[in-house]
Amino acid sequence: MKAAAFDYSRPTDWPEALQLLQAGARPAAGTQSLGPMLNFRLSLPQRLADLRHLPGYTGVTLSNHVVRIGAGTTHAAIEDGAVPGRLGAILAAIASRIAYRAIRNRGTIGGSLAHADPAADWVATLPALDATAIAIGPQGERRIPAAAFVLGLFTTALAENELLQAIELPTLPETARWGHWKFCRKPGEFSRATACILHTPGHPPKAVLAALDAPPLMIPDPAALLADPAITAARIVAPLKLDPWRAAIARTALCRAVQAL
Amino acid sequence: MIINLTVNGTPRTVQAEPREHLADLLRNTLFLTGTHLGCEHGVCGACTVELDGAPARACIAFAGACNGATIRTIEGFDDDPLMAALREAFSAEHALQCGYCTPGMLITARALILQLPNADEPRIREELAGNLCRCTGYRGIVKAILRVLDELKARKLSPG
Repeated sequence: MKAAAFDYSRPTDWPEALQLLQAGARPAAGTQSLGPMLNFRLSLPQRLADLRHLPGYTGVTLSNHVVRIGAGTTHAAIEDGAVPGRLGAILAAIASRIAYRAIRNRGTIGGSLAHADPAADWVATLPALDATAIAIGPQGERRIPAAAFVLGLFTTALAENELLQAIELPTLPETARWGHWKFCRKPGEFSRATACILHTPGHPPKAVLAALDAPPLMIPDPAALLADPAITAARIVAPLKLDPWRAAIARTALCRAVQAL
Repeated sequence: MIINLTVNGTPRTVQAEPREHLADLLRNTLFLTGTHLGCEHGVCGACTVELDGAPARACIAFAGACNGATIRTIEGFDDDPLMAALREAFSAEHALQCGYCTPGMLITARALILQLPNADEPRIREELAGNLCRCTGYRGIVKAILRVLDELKARKLSPG
């Protein structure tokens, strides 16, 4: 349970961080997911590039109805209200249920998204909130919709020479409704099925089914789910070919997310 | 690599391998053996210390990443009145048997009390989900925390 040897670098500007990445370093932030993988020796990097001291990596800025969250912002900061308004309240509720407070104090929103565990809370919820991942590479900035960011288990749309710099989300009116439900055997454990729905009056609802060992699934017709949850949930889950118990909690997740709206 | 840390109020300069985690550094280099190691992958909470003012797992914070950090281990709470009240309550309520989880439990409990002064029993149990105890069954631990919360509410104790 001890990590294999690696070198450690702490880049202080983005060009240096990108150079380290180019040279094969493994980007690291709070290491709340990477740390266990290092200790288990599932991950054997030559070098860690600790991104936490990069300029603008942490913190929240608001301009023109867009909230920009630095990728290195901790779950605990979001839980404690770093993001203002209705969007901030929704994000705080999501953050407050990630693992345990001691993990949330170190773990970061961008680190979790880039780690791309399909069961992770930000992976599951950011697509429903219309988030955009801001990547930075040698050619500059690239914007990737959160719904297209996670491609599979531990696999993202980031190119090999890109780092996740920030996450942008549109602000929400106070009337925006949010339903979110996840199945965990024990508080703080990884979810085995997560569903979430955003319904802003005057806009079509958005819904996601996630944590099923696959990238998050955007529900194609969320209005039907709201109108008839049980039948629509069964129709959504059937083609996923899940084990019967997993299919049952996936359907339940969808129905309970509707109830929570 | 050379690591500079402030541990329990004292600046320390130590030699560490980047792969070494903070709990090993505290135990093996600084001989602060109050920080215990259970699972070494962030699940059991036995190694919980205060890292830059907030509880964190010492087993998944690596030495290099802790360069410049401020750390408070269980040994650093000797003169803390809230921790003294918790120690007494843990003893009175039989909140420990073998004591392996206790340093992590105490650091988690202290932060819980400061963050959630109105926590009820279900909330305390939820907040303790990240600290595993394999002998008390949690009942005594929850009662000890409730006792200190009640003392705070009755103003027999100040949180500072």
